[in-house]
Amino acid sequence: MDIKATMAGSVWKIVVEEGQSVQENDDVVILESMKMEIPIAAESAGTIKAIKVAEGDFVNEGDVIAVIE
Amino acid sequence: MSNIKNLQERIAHIEKGGHEKYHEKNAEKGKLFVRERLRLLFDDDMNIEDAFFANCMDDSLPSDGVVTGIGTINGQSVCVMANDSTVKAGSWGKRTVEKIIRIQETALKLEVPMLYLVDSAGARITDQVEMFPGRRGAGRIFHNQIKMSGRVPQVCLLFGPSAAGGAYIPAFCDIVVMVDGNASMYLGSPRMAEKVIGEKVSLEEMGGATMHCSVSGCGDVLVQSEQEAIEYARRYLGYFPPNFRHKPDRAPVEDPKTFEKTIAQLIPENQNAPFNMYDLIERLIDANSFCEIKKKFAPELITGLARINGQSVGIIANQPRMKGGVLFPDSADKSAKFIQLCDAFNIPLLFLVDIPGFMIGTKVERAGIIRHGAKMLATMSEATVPKISVIVRKAYGAGLYAMAGPAFEPDACIALPTAQIAVMGPEAAVNAVYANKIAELSEEERPAFIKEKQEEYKENIDIYRLASEMVIDAVVDPDQLRDELINRFAVYDSKNVAFTERKHGVYPV
Repeated sequence: MDIKATMAGSVWKIVVEEGQSVQENDDVVILESMKMEIPIAAESAGTIKAIKVAEGDFVNEGDVIAVIE
Repeated sequence: MSNIKNLQERIAHIEKGGHEKYHEKNAEKGKLFVRERLRLLFDDDMNIEDAFFANCMDDSLPSDGVVTGIGTINGQSVCVMANDSTVKAGSWGKRTVEKIIRIQETALKLEVPMLYLVDSAGARITDQVEMFPGRRGAGRIFHNQIKMSGRVPQVCLLFGPSAAGGAYIPAFCDIVVMVDGNASMYLGSPRMAEKVIGEKVSLEEMGGATMHCSVSGCGDVLVQSEQEAIEYARRYLGYFPPNFRHKPDRAPVEDPKTFEKTIAQLIPENQNAPFNMYDLIERLIDANSFCEIKKKFAPELITGLARINGQSVGIIANQPRMKGGVLFPDSADKSAKFIQLCDAFNIPLLFLVDIPGFMIGTKVERAGIIRHGAKMLATMSEATVPKISVIVRKAYGAGLYAMAGPAFEPDACIALPTAQIAVMGPEAAVNAVYANKIAELSEEERPAFIKEKQEEYKENIDIYRLASEMVIDAVVDPDQLRDELINRFAVYDSKNVAFTERKHGVYPV
């Protein structure tokens, strides 16, 4: 399942690593937008299969940030 | 002609609804029979039913596919129309439409809430001349709904499809509860979409409950069963008076739930760090009294009914956990309808403010964020019920205005010590004011300069300075906030003002 950016902004911090298991609602990435920290959380529990962005990248709303399995 | 002659036999036949096979089909989908739905909905069974014998000369159309009547919910009379999907899929014939129109007129005469239990395939094409175009045709149902809006609460429980024109019944209700998997709303079915515009799409994707409750905003509450939908409706109506002339009843007072962390411990000092606004709401309201509306739609803004010391209150709160609590076109829309709902039925409003502003960028400008934002401001401004805004943390730019800032005649604008009111945050402001100067400085000099200017800026917008200028009415200890709200809402209860005299405003929709 894809974890997508909820709004446009830049990737401030990646808080998980590939292969890491996460619970539902755990933060995966924190974006920065409108001068705010925007946590992007996992919608379900699983393992992080891939991280598709790097810190500092600009993402648009709907862009895939990570893939969870 | 009917073959049944005896009254008792006729009653027994009509009460059973449509053919047994349709009952079985419905049961497989978790759908209850219309009369069972009504038994669950009312305190007791239906009190008065009219036009039970509608179309009784035709044995195949019991009650013409709709049950209309009056019963009580929480001791309060309500009018109901409920489609019977075992009778020709709940489709509308001439008498179906007339029955719906009559029960609406009754609700308006009695000034009691009107409930629509919708489960209908739409118009009965064979009856179209009698039921579609005329003065007492289906259009009149919507005309009545629009006339009733704001006079009596109108609630839609969507148990099945609500197709084409029928989709406007939910659209004109105050609130739409949708049963996941069974409820749907659409103007043209997937089959029609494929034929007419060549789109291949499933019903669930195009008009399902999850889609409407999270994407289109046409649905307000997503539930998993009909029982849950009925329970929600009974609970929801408890926050409302029967009509616009009255105030909601008070409920017995409950203390808030108890938590380890106090409000002061909950709110991060760093304005840019998120926290969960639900945690603050739970500490202010009576335990288990939050009745949320549009939970899944535009979650960066929370809207819901609650009780504070037993009093019904509508809460509009920014959610810093979602999209930074920034306002988007959808959240502005969500707020506008909720404010109108509360104002129409004399439910005071509480704004919990922690907002960096309205979203910027091409995408939202093209979506008309300015006019959607204007709509939110207009409804908030016009609301004459007691309104209190609490500046929890930041209130930047038009965000302050949209959340009932001081210029919009809230009865009070209260700040917590963590409040920060400004045109924009310190980071953005220093960049804007000193852009040239910062560019001139060497990279080593920059951070110190920026930090110094940000500190200066923060001093300039210090909340006590704003209190000294009487921008805000009070600075309150966060852990005294509930008591402050109880006291103020009790005092403001006698407020009785009209916004202005005119026919009506021209809305920035």
